[in-house]
Amino acid sequence: MTSEEKKLGWKSLPMGAVVLEPGSSLKYKTGDWRAFRPLVDKEKCVNCLLCWIYCPDAAIVRKEKWVEVNYDYCKGCGICAKECPKEAIKMVEEQK
Amino acid sequence: MTIVGMTGDEAVAYAVKQSKVDIVAAYPITPQTIMVERFSKYVADGEAQTEYVCVESEHSALSACVGASLTGARVFTATASQGLALMHEMLYIASGLRCPIVMGVANRALSAPINIHGDHSDMMASRDCGWVQVYVENAQEAYDWTIQAFKLAEDRDVQLPVSVNLDGFILSHSMEGVDVLEDEAVSRFLRLRKPLFRLDPDKPITVGALCLPDYYFEFKRQQFEAMQNVSRVLENVNKQYRSFTGRNYGVLETFEMEDAEAAIICLGSTAGTARAVAQKLREQGKKVGVIKLWLYRPFPTEAIIAATKHLKALAVLDRAVSFGAPYGALCSDVVSVLHTMEERPKIFNVVYGLGGRDIQPSDIELVFNEALETAKTGVVKGETVFLGVRD
Repeated sequence: MTSEEKKLGWKSLPMGAVVLEPGSSLKYKTGDWRAFRPLVDKEKCVNCLLCWIYCPDAAIVRKEKWVEVNYDYCKGCGICAKECPKEAIKMVEEQK
Repeated sequence: MTIVGMTGDEAVAYAVKQSKVDIVAAYPITPQTIMVERFSKYVADGEAQTEYVCVESEHSALSACVGASLTGARVFTATASQGLALMHEMLYIASGLRCPIVMGVANRALSAPINIHGDHSDMMASRDCGWVQVYVENAQEAYDWTIQAFKLAEDRDVQLPVSVNLDGFILSHSMEGVDVLEDEAVSRFLRLRKPLFRLDPDKPITVGALCLPDYYFEFKRQQFEAMQNVSRVLENVNKQYRSFTGRNYGVLETFEMEDAEAAIICLGSTAGTARAVAQKLREQGKKVGVIKLWLYRPFPTEAIIAATKHLKALAVLDRAVSFGAPYGALCSDVVSVLHTMEERPKIFNVVYGLGGRDIQPSDIELVFNEALETAKTGVVKGETVFLGVRD
């Protein structure tokens, strides 16, 4: 859940934690507990896609000449930064 | 009026049959067995249009009930003692998913040592599980409360599971005359369940989704509110039931409490013995009374405060022991609701009848005399008394 999304209170939420809308998990963003944020240096990235292969959350987005990170789902595990042969991904602390 | 000779368990099974339950999933355990035996016979003989699901354990029984209830069905199960203990995690799931399941519990002691007889240890160990909990005094009440339980559980402001508790053997296996309603009258009192939501392939919903720290708390707050609504909804349920039967139910029943100086508060069949003894002591001019709780969860705080206002001493009878706790479960609750009163009765706790140990009128008389003495002196001799245990 991203912080900007308005969370409903107990008076408005459906009873019994029922999710009334099918497929609504697409709306649920899971990246909000990330402590470190991967930053991709486009200059260094050679688009080898090792990070894309290793990312356990499919949060690496392929672009034509480099990769980007989908921060809605990235948990900040740092595997991409560890695996990058060009050291093009840097982990920086999230600012609250 | 039709009087039928039935045991407490049979009275529950008969009420369930008349309540037109869609699904029953249950596993037999003494002293609840007769409930499921009788009910499976109704199904086998074509007297009940209910799907009876045979399961391999109580955990599975309540799991099946949760699933069935979520489809919008009216669901019943029954258990006791170890069976209720095995259901424990599913108890919270049933209430958390807001399944209005009704469960008959023939209260029985918990192992070890193994024992099959009546006490309240089983349900008291699950008192915070989010189920509405009703205790009955006799087979008639077991019948009446089972029918009312469905209406209460399925009310949209409640939507919670309800357990109807009857003392193992003392009520479950004792035959009494039960005044039963016609099937048609039960159908008029208890309409078809109208669920707020249900599992339906044409309109998919998700139940049981993960709720992390950002949402879980809100759903517990909802459950708390639903419990708060019970007293109000129950008043209406009792009123409607009265129009069919003439029988008066509520959150509790009092006997000679108006001018009582000393009283006993208890659950279940013991209330009958207490009333008989109170009657005898009244004839001797002793000002004693009895409070019997029908509703244990939610705890009828206001009604208890109102009933104990002019009281000087109150003996709280617990048929279960809370190891390491300041008092037994019922006494802890009574003490905590009365602490807000400026002038409150002196309270002592009587733990009795564990493992089915019989409680005689002479035992109750001892308690009343102790309470009268406490009322006179204002001194509590023993905070917790173990009644009928050998030293």
